[in-house]
Amino acid sequence: MNALVKEPMIVWIDVGAVTDIPRRGARRVPGPAGDIAIFRTGDGQVFALRDACPHKGGPLSQGIVHGASVTCPLHGRVIDLATGEAMGADRGSGCAPVVPLEVREGRLFLGVARG
Amino acid sequence: MSKQRLVVIGNGMAGCRAIEEVLARDPDRYEIAVFGAEPRVNYNRIMLSPVLSGEKTFDEIVINDLAWYAGHGITLHSGKAVVKIDADQRLVEAEDGLKVPYDKLILAVGSDPVRLPLPGAELSGVITFRDLDDVEAMVAAADAGGEAVVIGGGLLGLEAAYGLARRGMKATVIHLMDVLMERQLDESAGFLLRRALEERGVETILGAQSDAILGTGGRVAGLQLKDGRTIPCDLLVMAVGIRPNTRLAAAAGLAIGRGVVVDDQMRTSDPAIFAIGECAEHRGVAYGLVAPIWDMCRTLGDVLTGRTESAYEGSLLQTRLKVSGVDVFSAGKFSGGEGCEDVVFRDAGRGVYKRVVIEDGRVAGAVLFGDAADGGWYFDLMRSGADVSDVRETLIFGQAVTEALRGVDPRRAVAAMPDSQEICGCNGVCKGAITGAIADKGLTTLEAVRAHTKASASCGSCTPLVEQLLALSLGEAFEVQTGPKPVCGCTRHGHDETRKRIVAEGLKSIPAIMQALEWTTPEGCASCRPALNYYLLCAWPGDYQDDKQSRFVNERVHANIQKDGTYSVVPRMWGGVTSAAELRAIADVVDKFAIPTVKVTGGQRIDLLGVRKDDLPAVWADLNAAGMVSGHAYAKGLRTVKTCVGSEWCRFGTQDSTGLGVRLEKFMWGSWTPAKVKLGVSGCPRNCAEATCKDIGVICVDSGYEIHVGGAAGLHIQGTEILTKVAGEDEAVWTICAVTQLYREEGWYLERIYKWMARVGLESIRARIEDPDERRALYDRFAYSQRFSRIDPWAERVAGRHAEEFNPLSRRLEFVQP
Repeated sequence: MNALVKEPMIVWIDVGAVTDIPRRGARRVPGPAGDIAIFRTGDGQVFALRDACPHKGGPLSQGIVHGASVTCPLHGRVIDLATGEAMGADRGSGCAPVVPLEVREGRLFLGVARG
Repeated sequence: MSKQRLVVIGNGMAGCRAIEEVLARDPDRYEIAVFGAEPRVNYNRIMLSPVLSGEKTFDEIVINDLAWYAGHGITLHSGKAVVKIDADQRLVEAEDGLKVPYDKLILAVGSDPVRLPLPGAELSGVITFRDLDDVEAMVAAADAGGEAVVIGGGLLGLEAAYGLARRGMKATVIHLMDVLMERQLDESAGFLLRRALEERGVETILGAQSDAILGTGGRVAGLQLKDGRTIPCDLLVMAVGIRPNTRLAAAAGLAIGRGVVVDDQMRTSDPAIFAIGECAEHRGVAYGLVAPIWDMCRTLGDVLTGRTESAYEGSLLQTRLKVSGVDVFSAGKFSGGEGCEDVVFRDAGRGVYKRVVIEDGRVAGAVLFGDAADGGWYFDLMRSGADVSDVRETLIFGQAVTEALRGVDPRRAVAAMPDSQEICGCNGVCKGAITGAIADKGLTTLEAVRAHTKASASCGSCTPLVEQLLALSLGEAFEVQTGPKPVCGCTRHGHDETRKRIVAEGLKSIPAIMQALEWTTPEGCASCRPALNYYLLCAWPGDYQDDKQSRFVNERVHANIQKDGTYSVVPRMWGGVTSAAELRAIADVVDKFAIPTVKVTGGQRIDLLGVRKDDLPAVWADLNAAGMVSGHAYAKGLRTVKTCVGSEWCRFGTQDSTGLGVRLEKFMWGSWTPAKVKLGVSGCPRNCAEATCKDIGVICVDSGYEIHVGGAAGLHIQGTEILTKVAGEDEAVWTICAVTQLYREEGWYLERIYKWMARVGLESIRARIEDPDERRALYDRFAYSQRFSRIDPWAERVAGRHAEEFNPLSRRLEFVQP
């Protein structure tokens, strides 16, 4: 590897336990570039998105989680948790960026690019 | 050439299966020796549950008896634990000092059950569920009778509890999660499983964390939970998972992760040593089920007999619960995700729930409850990755139906069915009976077919077929009926039907409703969940536990979300009356939390706008301290009672309108209703409280009180209509509470009073309110419900309830430099 090229490095940060998030619910993690929302579905899957609806920036972490989607509390956009994309009639109208998330031994790790 | 020496550590399912695989390929290649720590022959460990429940005996689960070892020239060192592997010398050493050399070594040492490090874990009567000794201990305990607690609501824990219950113990399962077998089942299947277990004498306590094991005289006596509850027991079984057994491998210097790390040839970091089964970790996964063991052994059999290119690439998992009469199957992805689509089938009559997850036109997983006959078929489809787009319509009905109708247009398929084909499984109605009734009786609607033949009258899953028969028989003359508006896209049932059945059938949870009414989605959506939650609260006051995850954010955090994600806070001011002390406290809160906007509302309240979510509990604490409670300005419930000053001050006032408003608000606050409810009380017909555009309004006159209903002044402007007139203040309160209760019981979720009134008619409301018995009964139900509602949600949260709602999950990211 060329030592002069600085590779962006992903730092994984432990932000809590999967069980800290209620099923069919979400929690926020404030960050320097705005909040990140971590969701947990009824089936126990977890997802992380920027906590801003592509429509008007509504906090998705405050919405109702159903299946693998969340309904934005401000105007009811339904967002696919896996992709951050608006679903249904609003498909293609924008996307809440996905944030890297890993689960290790029941702990949640958010991936943050550094360097 | 002399034989190579193959030594197997572990006489369990993996070890013996590996030997069988090797023998099947090349019976003369190795001289084989097996070490087993248990002093027994090889038995089928996954059948221990039926042994526990008494449905099988130990002899029935033996896989290989002693004759098998002898017949294949295998040396069995039974009851001898291996204490050391010398990888340099290629020797294994047993506890009695016996040393056996090997050319190839297989580690099949399995896993150990996890023991929770709870206080009291060392007490006698606290066991795990792993081998025959555990089963014997459980059987002995059960013979003595009494109560058993099982910690862990996974596969093994449930089978243990079921077995103990069958042997006459009172068994209770304590599960940390709120869904049983949550790694295999979704909420709907978990709900049905819980119900089925309860019918079989197994109680379940979900969302419960164990705190300590209590004992008397060195023996277990009970389990204490974190919430303070104590469950007495004479036997405590821990079934909370397994940990791969890596002790020997680690001491021998092999690479260890969660288990003994192996490559696709099952080889450990030492090329002469292999590991299989629950002790192995392959591509980061340590398996705990039997199917992967078989797959691993097949590959290992190849590799040890010269086919070294053979590779194990991981296993797809399927799970079946071994509880008699409870048919449960789970495989693959049982929850949606990107590009996934759910097909759901429920049959309330038979207690069946099926969910197949389709991803990119292929089966990605399935959860089946009550009828798991097609589990194997779905699993095969999953494994083969077959494209199922062309059979998607029939997939959920199983293999027989799908194969029969493959490639056939549904209409033609129905036409092609013989008259003897059963259409309605619930009521046993054949095609001929339906088409015959349509022709003979001149039936033209689905309802008429239901009435005459009973077809599609029970679970309704054959409704499309019956409609197609109608269409075939009548041609153009048939029009698909449009029934009442469904609650949402998850169901065909309307609100009235849903509410009626909640009460009639005693449905007491969201999953119970979804199963009974055959919801077509696994867990509903953002429209139906809040509606069902409200219907349950209304039907079962004091009994139903509110599901906060089914509430819109405002009702979950008890404040109104604003466009920037901050919240507004509105303290209650009874009847719009306040005081210097309250105003001072509000002013102090505004200063202390730098609240940017203070606004007087149309409902005679003060609105504090721009409060940060994290600050909400602290803001409420200060308001509580000054005696103020939540104004519920966010609720589908009673909001404000607006009043004028009435006879106490006003020269025109006829009655104490302020007093009545305060009394109404103090009695009715906290009640949940289908949509928001605003009241107004005016002291004279000049109507300064604007009561005639409220949901319920009172106009005081000299001779008494006019009660008005059905006003609106929002999107829609509408004056109220007069419901009735009463002489006294008490009667006014009774009447208003009664009409509110009627609305609570009949209104559709999100339907304001004026819309409800337009739907059912003012006359029908009036008839019930003017009947003294009915009014009394409605009032009593309202009053009963209020016993559980007049609780300040702010004070509860100040005291710490749902603290996770208001605190960020973590603040660690704030300190990371981007």
